[in-house]
Amino acid sequence: MKKSNIIMLIAALLPLGLFLFPLWKITLEAPQYPTPLGMYIHINDFSDVNPFDIKNINLMNHYVGMKYIPDAIPEFKIFPAGILITTILGLIIAFKGNYKWFLSWFILMIVLSTAGLYDFYLWEHDYGHDLDPKAIMKFTNPDGSVMGFQPPLFGTKHILNFTAHSYPRLGSLFLGLGIAASFIAYLVGKKTNKIIS
Amino acid sequence: MKKILNISIGFLIIAFTFTSCNNGESSKSNGALSSNAAEKVYVAPGEHDEFYAFISGGFSGQLSVYGLPSGRLFKVIPVFSQDAEKAYGYNEETKPMLNTSHGFIPWDDSHHPDISQTKGELDGRYVYINANNTPRIAKIDLTTFETTEIIEIPNSAGNHSSSFVTENTEYVVAGTRFSVPIPQKDMPIKDYKGNFKGALSFLKVNPDNGEMSIKFQILMPGFNYDLSHPGRGKSHGWFFFTTYNTEEASSLLEVNASQNDKDFIAAINWKKIEEYVNNGGGTKMPTNYAHNLYSEETHSATSTMIKEVLTVNPLDVPGAIYFLPTPKSPHGCDVDPSGEYIVGNGKLSADLTVHSFTKMLDAIANKKHDGEAYGIPILRFEDVLAGTVKQSGLGPLHTEFDGKGNAYTTFFISSEVVKWKLGTWEVIDRKPTYYSVGHLMIPGGNSAKPFGKYVLAMNKITKDRYLPTGPEVTQSAQLYDISGDKMELLLDFPTIGEPHYAAGCPASLIKANSKKLYKLAENKHPYAAKSDADTKVTRNGKEVHVQMTMIRSHFSPDNIEGIKVGDKVYFHVTNLEQDYDVPHGIAIIGANTSELLIMPGQTETFVWEPKQVGVWPFYCTDFCSALHQEMQGYVRVSPASSSIPLSWSLGD
Repeated sequence: MKKSNIIMLIAALLPLGLFLFPLWKITLEAPQYPTPLGMYIHINDFSDVNPFDIKNINLMNHYVGMKYIPDAIPEFKIFPAGILITTILGLIIAFKGNYKWFLSWFILMIVLSTAGLYDFYLWEHDYGHDLDPKAIMKFTNPDGSVMGFQPPLFGTKHILNFTAHSYPRLGSLFLGLGIAASFIAYLVGKKTNKIIS
Repeated sequence: MKKILNISIGFLIIAFTFTSCNNGESSKSNGALSSNAAEKVYVAPGEHDEFYAFISGGFSGQLSVYGLPSGRLFKVIPVFSQDAEKAYGYNEETKPMLNTSHGFIPWDDSHHPDISQTKGELDGRYVYINANNTPRIAKIDLTTFETTEIIEIPNSAGNHSSSFVTENTEYVVAGTRFSVPIPQKDMPIKDYKGNFKGALSFLKVNPDNGEMSIKFQILMPGFNYDLSHPGRGKSHGWFFFTTYNTEEASSLLEVNASQNDKDFIAAINWKKIEEYVNNGGGTKMPTNYAHNLYSEETHSATSTMIKEVLTVNPLDVPGAIYFLPTPKSPHGCDVDPSGEYIVGNGKLSADLTVHSFTKMLDAIANKKHDGEAYGIPILRFEDVLAGTVKQSGLGPLHTEFDGKGNAYTTFFISSEVVKWKLGTWEVIDRKPTYYSVGHLMIPGGNSAKPFGKYVLAMNKITKDRYLPTGPEVTQSAQLYDISGDKMELLLDFPTIGEPHYAAGCPASLIKANSKKLYKLAENKHPYAAKSDADTKVTRNGKEVHVQMTMIRSHFSPDNIEGIKVGDKVYFHVTNLEQDYDVPHGIAIIGANTSELLIMPGQTETFVWEPKQVGVWPFYCTDFCSALHQEMQGYVRVSPASSSIPLSWSLGD
């Protein structure tokens, strides 16, 4: 097997790490939570960082009319299927395809990941802005518009008494490495091809 | 009468001589060191204390939790007394904890806490504490800091030489201060001598869950059994009890029980008696006592009456019990960390008497007896004496050890703590206490491994030490640094009730195991409502059961109708929170018990018997959230003849 195909094989397998490790983590810090509240976002689920964190995030958030973090959202079915399909595709390419296919897989993964991130942003936006009109507390921005409580997509943001952190976790690293590896496979394959021709 | 007056005046003069002498000494060492003392007890905001101190509440019947060195009060754990703050003994779940053969006894006099041990060292699992007045022993679970078991001690009265644990927490003891007729009967008090008995109870502890059961009671001669301590190390397997009133007087004891020059320390080989009992020895005797257990799963207590106890006649187990003569009306009975020295402080003697365990075994082996009392051999004083601390002070009471070869003894009359050396018996240092010190405590004091950094003196009176609060002023504890050669007074702090005795332990042993909440999923209370969907109100004749939930910031249901005058309404309230430190309370107008204070995941019940027609509010009593004031509801009460059906609701 050619070196580039081996790299492609690894590239196709790496995203499976998403089934083992969380994709993202959102942490909420406040003075009255010496142990911050936090939740992991996995490819197919939300989970508590410490026991009952999500329940307690929901309890806090209901004051401003945010929805309860749902037990299941459609994405939790679509994302795992997407990863499985692209992995199978990647494997087929690794065994059968030449380096040009590696680039196609790379582009496909970039597009799908971006779409995933955008979907995540939309969900966050909806979660932070579509508030219950009967909410107990209403806050407005200095310009008079209704304040949103959207956690950052990436980075750190102050929301009222909370500091919210949103950062990728190990699962994302596996996905990122897989995507990067497919591009390396493409470059290696291209170089080898030139030498041979 | 005149004689007594003379004696007390004599004591007062001596007491003043001693204290004034000490005051002179202390004024020299004050001042320059006082800022240093403040630094040593300062625990910065957000920082934790190094030690927990569990200080008994004496006549308050409770156990309070303080931090050392700061002296800050963290919690009062209700044990033998009802507590409206926590609904202990008021709610339906904990009422059975205070059941006894005398009925519901919502008060006691809690004296000696002791922390469980493994291999002679503190393990931080449980605190055991005795009730003095209506004899009982309680177990406090240190994962929850809640009383989870109370066992009554039959055939006992004034459960004072209690509740000390052996080095692997095999046993907790309950020795009787007052001897009484066993079994109890109607008889002339003047016939006390020879007819009353003192029961020393050995409670077997289940190593898995700390639960107690009375394994056997030794029916001793009718002396007063004052304090006790287990042997450890080489003397493991023995227990030592001080006695007074070996005169067996029943009237004017201050004189009549102070006649003998020497009373005894009873040395009891409990392993030998255990073996005798395990081989079928002892006599089963009908009795009646309560065993109350609290379940963390059902959040409820049950009380079981036990009808039988196994008694042991000391004469049936030869070689198991000896008397060590000890001057004079000894009070404290303390065993050093190595298990070699048994300190018996004759509270009416100016000297401290220390017995040697090795010499005691020799004397037993060589049968060097000096007569017997009720068939129990008395060893010769000179044969068991290890040494005497001469002219150490007035009114020696209790001794603790620092693990570095030093002992610290309190003196009640001369109000001081005296440091002396084991083996050489020389006095090294003395410091005044303010005033009338009883027990003292070094964390790990009753173990093979004391943490000899601090000693806590527990004082009976404070007089001028604090702002006056009328005729009743606080009792107090005083903290001394004992890390150097000389003791240094660091801190005074007020205590709950009488700080009778305390047990201390490094915070690190307990902190990590402390429970943050009860898991709702594990709540097995028969009337728990684990979600708003489970809430309901049901009627059974005149009994109405409301299964209610609470969460920030509402009750469900919050409107209840169909209750009638004359109903007995049980509110079973479940806290749905699963967050650390978010309890909720509930109280209703006209309730004649107390509010409930319910921890996350817990269910508690109170009974309300409405006597007037109307619409009556209930509310959360524990300030829980921004919307705490809105956490409320109403109950509509209709006339007894009303036909309004039960209904309940939340929201629109």
